[in-house]
Amino acid sequence: MITFTGVTKRYPDGTVAVHDLDLEIPAGRITVLVGPSGCGKTTTLRMVNRMIDPTTGTITVDGRDIRQVDPPTLRRGIGYVIQQGGLFPHRTIIDNIATVPYLLHQDKKQARARALELMERVGLDTGLAKRYPAQLSGGQQQRVGVARALAADPPIMLMDEPFSAVDPIVRTQLQDEFLRLQNDLEKTIVFVTHDIDEAVKLGHRIAVFQVGGVLAQYATPEELLAEPANDFVRDFLGGERGIRRLRFVQQLDAEAAAEAESATGAESATGTGTAAGAESATGTGSAQGGGAAAAGER
Amino acid sequence: MSAHLAPLLPGGGLGTGGGLASGRALAVGDDGEPLVRWDWIGRNSDIITQHLNDHLVLSIVPVLLGLAVSLPVGLLCARYRWLYAPVVGLTSVLYAIPAIALFVVLVAFTGLTRTTVIIPLTLYTLSVLVPAVVDGMDSVPEHVRQAATAMGFGTLRRLVQVELPIAVPVVMAGLRVATVSNISLVSVGALIGVGGLGELFTDGFNRDFTTPIVVGIALIIALALVADVLLLLVQRLLTPWARAGSNARTARRAVRAELTEPEEAAL
Repeated sequence: MITFTGVTKRYPDGTVAVHDLDLEIPAGRITVLVGPSGCGKTTTLRMVNRMIDPTTGTITVDGRDIRQVDPPTLRRGIGYVIQQGGLFPHRTIIDNIATVPYLLHQDKKQARARALELMERVGLDTGLAKRYPAQLSGGQQQRVGVARALAADPPIMLMDEPFSAVDPIVRTQLQDEFLRLQNDLEKTIVFVTHDIDEAVKLGHRIAVFQVGGVLAQYATPEELLAEPANDFVRDFLGGERGIRRLRFVQQLDAEAAAEAESATGAESATGTGTAAGAESATGTGSAQGGGAAAAGER
Repeated sequence: MSAHLAPLLPGGGLGTGGGLASGRALAVGDDGEPLVRWDWIGRNSDIITQHLNDHLVLSIVPVLLGLAVSLPVGLLCARYRWLYAPVVGLTSVLYAIPAIALFVVLVAFTGLTRTTVIIPLTLYTLSVLVPAVVDGMDSVPEHVRQAATAMGFGTLRRLVQVELPIAVPVVMAGLRVATVSNISLVSVGALIGVGGLGELFTDGFNRDFTTPIVVGIALIIALALVADVLLLLVQRLLTPWARAGSNARTARRAVRAELTEPEEAAL
């Protein structure tokens, strides 16, 4: 569990990025920080691994104040995925993925074996292992980013708009696979996005921030859609709130149905596929952009 | 050493010497004197080789020293931006000082030695290499730097394992410019009798004899070309990833081919 207590970040020029934040991020779940640009969601994320230190307030991870841990050590235990990938252009895919294990002085051979395993897990063909990031498509690069963040098996993952830079079809597909992965891994995930649909789709809990770094509402997707806390949240959810809510409920139903189905012996992978299939784009997604991923999995 | 200087000084200054020689060079054809006397090259191959070696040392050492100075200075400038403008100003001023003036000052301390030539040439490389290092650091994408920090790289490790390798193509470009320009600049050392192939020029001018001049020019050009190609090869060896990026499209095609034919890829 990650706990923010009275956290404020004020920059020297007087801008307040985050204002008096109290937030409890549950372990093993996906918590989405959402809001317009300049609302402090990324600042909040970066305070967790001390990329940014708060001006006042404390942040604890499992009860331990993160200021007591030296930043590089802290960061090696927290996975990090960003929008542009942040992959090292001069290192091969396999070495990119094994970055943190190398930093932790783990056995090189073992780290590489694990990297290959992770490539398969995130839907990458292991034939790409010796390539460089520039030789991969945007979607493939994001998969590498996720694999790299998972390499040292950290309990916490910070994800800063990881799927925003890819086209909608690939994005849907990456989201679906990410959910499936998280089902197995149960990491504590803090996920930043500006896209409310993505927040509703991925989050167990959603924290809506408004400009000035104020937390407007912190709730489950159901609660958020049913009862927006104020006008800002209502506006941010947009006019399609009703439709989103309907879709969300349908999705839950489909998931429940799929789970029941898998319980009776059907393959669970298909189950997740159908659940997400509520969004019609998914079908085309796995057919097109997913070509590489699909080949990797088989 | 003074034996080297002797033929130079009575020459009545270089300007006149040069003018005279070029005036004669035009008349070469009329005299029936060939531009190049091949037998001279054969007879003097030992001296030519010696000058070539000197030239090589005198061009490479200043570049290496310049790099050794530019790397920390450039890194400091990249980190503390306010330093950059004054440092560039200083290196430009140094570049503007004529070599001959520096020689006059340095000869008092270091005499007519290689050191006297190496010091100014080293200073000249700074005006190319310091900006190359700074530009190289600027070529590291911010998201890559951030990602490295977030993965748990400390400052030094990040510099050595991430930033410097990514900066290599830009720094190497500067290094190539510095090396090639240095190869031509070394000749100026002939003013104090330490000029590598440049001494073939003074020899030719003094004796009003074109062969050594032509040989000197040809060898300097050849040296510059060879050095440039070698550095390019080094660069390619050091940065296989840089070309991978520029051929992204062909590479992607290869990826696709590999995916459709996994057996072939396995071989």
